[in-house]
Amino acid sequence: MSCDRPDSQRELVRIVDLHKRFGALEVLKGIDLTIAAGEKVSIIGPSGSGKTTLLRCVNWLERPSSGQVLIEGQPIGERHFKGRRTDMRDRELARMRARIGMVFQRFNLFPHLTALDNVAVGPIKVLRQSADEARRQAMALLEKVGLAHKRDVYPEMLSGGQQQRVAIARALAMRPILMLFDEPTSSLDPELVGEVLTVMRQLAVEGMTMIIVSHEMQFAEDVSDRVVFMDDGRILEQGPPKSIFRAPSHARTREFLRAVIERQVFPATA
Amino acid sequence: MNGPWVRTAAQFPYLLDTLLLGVKITIIVTLGGFALSVVLGLGGALFRTSRFGVLRAAGTLYVDVFRAVPVLTQLFIIYFGLAEIGVKLSPVPAAIIGFGINGGAYLTEVFRAGIEAVHRGQTEAALSIGMTRMQATRVIVLPQAMRVILPPLGNFVIGLLKDTSVASSVAAPELTFRAHMLVDQTYLSTQIYLMVAVLYLAMSLPLAHLVRRLERQTARERPA
Repeated sequence: MSCDRPDSQRELVRIVDLHKRFGALEVLKGIDLTIAAGEKVSIIGPSGSGKTTLLRCVNWLERPSSGQVLIEGQPIGERHFKGRRTDMRDRELARMRARIGMVFQRFNLFPHLTALDNVAVGPIKVLRQSADEARRQAMALLEKVGLAHKRDVYPEMLSGGQQQRVAIARALAMRPILMLFDEPTSSLDPELVGEVLTVMRQLAVEGMTMIIVSHEMQFAEDVSDRVVFMDDGRILEQGPPKSIFRAPSHARTREFLRAVIERQVFPATA
Repeated sequence: MNGPWVRTAAQFPYLLDTLLLGVKITIIVTLGGFALSVVLGLGGALFRTSRFGVLRAAGTLYVDVFRAVPVLTQLFIIYFGLAEIGVKLSPVPAAIIGFGINGGAYLTEVFRAGIEAVHRGQTEAALSIGMTRMQATRVIVLPQAMRVILPPLGNFVIGLLKDTSVASSVAAPELTFRAHMLVDQTYLSTQIYLMVAVLYLAMSLPLAHLVRRLERQTARERPA
C-alpha cells in the first residue's frame, strides 16, 4: 500500500474474470469488479442474474469455474504455484473466511445455541478466545443490535428480524474486514425489514466495507457508494446510485427498475 | 421324585451365580461392540458424506459388504478364519470386533442420515465464520444431527445387547453360552431360559429407559 493514497482508496476485493457454471448452465459469464476498503456496493438485478452466486464466490462458499477473487491482494480458495492451481488447505481457507462476514437470506443461526452463544461460538472455536471473554464481547454486540435482553433465548423463539440481527452480530464477532449480505431482508415480513436495515445502516456509517445483494432499492440508494446492475451473468452497468437509479443507460436496467419500484410502491399488486 | 421347579429352587444360588458371570461378559461385549460401532459408524458417515469420491466409495463399500453378511458369519470368520492365518483372538475380543464392524456399517447409515438431515445452510454459516470443515461438522452439524440419530441409536444398542447371544457360537462365555452349559448339566431348560429372559429384560429395560430420557433431554436442550 502506498502512502500517498488515502485508505478509502485501498483495494480490498478484486474479482477477475469470474466464471461459474452449474453443469450446462453458465451463471457467471466473466465478472470483473474491484471494491475499495470502506466502500459500500449494492448488487441489484433480476433473479437468476447471478448476484447471489457472485457474492458466494467472494468467500468461496461457491467455487468459481474459473477466474480469481483476491482479498487484500491474496487469492482466496486456490494457491497459484509455478503456474499451477491447487486447492488451498482447509485451514488456510478458513482463516481467510474468518475475516469475511456473511449474512444469509435464511439467517442460518445455529438452532442448538442461544443467541449469545451463536455470537460467541466463532471467537471461541476459531479465534480461541476464552469463553468468558468471547461472551463478554458477544454481549456488547447483542447490545449493539438491540438484543441484549434475548441473550439466553434460542433462535426458534426469535422473530425473523431478531434472528437476522443476531446473525449480523455473529458475523461482526469475528471482526471482519468485509461484510457480505445475501438478500438479508428477503425472507422477512415487511414490518421487520426496517430493524435489520437500521443495523446495516449503522454499520455503513461506521465505515464497514459492505457488499449487499438486495431488492431494497431505497436502502441501496441511501447507503451505497456504488450500485452494480447484473443481468444474465454479466455486469451491465455500475455507478453512483444517483446515476443508476435516476439515469440508467441500459434498457434492461430501466426495465428492471420500473418493475421493482412499481412493486415496492404498490406492494398490493405484487 | 423331585420336580424340576423344586430342583431349580434348590440350585437357585448356583444357577444365578453362573448366569451372572455370563451377564458380565454380555455387558462387556455389548459396551465394547457399541463403542467400536460408534467410532466406525462416525468414521463411515464422514466418509459417506465426504467431498471426495474415493472416500465416499470406500464408505459405501464398507456398508454394503458388512451389512449384507450375517453377523454370525462375520464372527466365525474373525474367530476361526483369522486363527488360520495366525491371528488368534480370544472369544470376547473377537466378538467385540465382530459386533463393532457389523454395527459400524449399520450406524454409518444412521449417522449419515442424521448429518444429511441438518440443513446445508448450517455448514455454510459455520464455514463463513471461519470454521474448518471438521469444526463445522463437530461443533455445528453433529449436535443437531443427534436429534435424528438418537432414536435409531437407542434401538441399535438394545438390539445389540440381545444379539450378543450369538457370540455363544464362538464360545464367548456370555449369558446365553452359560445358559447352554447349565442346561447341559441340569436339564432344567425351561427354568434356566426363563431366568435368562428375566436377566436380558433386566438389562434392556433400564437401557430403553435411559435412551428415552436422553431423547427427551436432547429435544429440550437443542430446539430445532
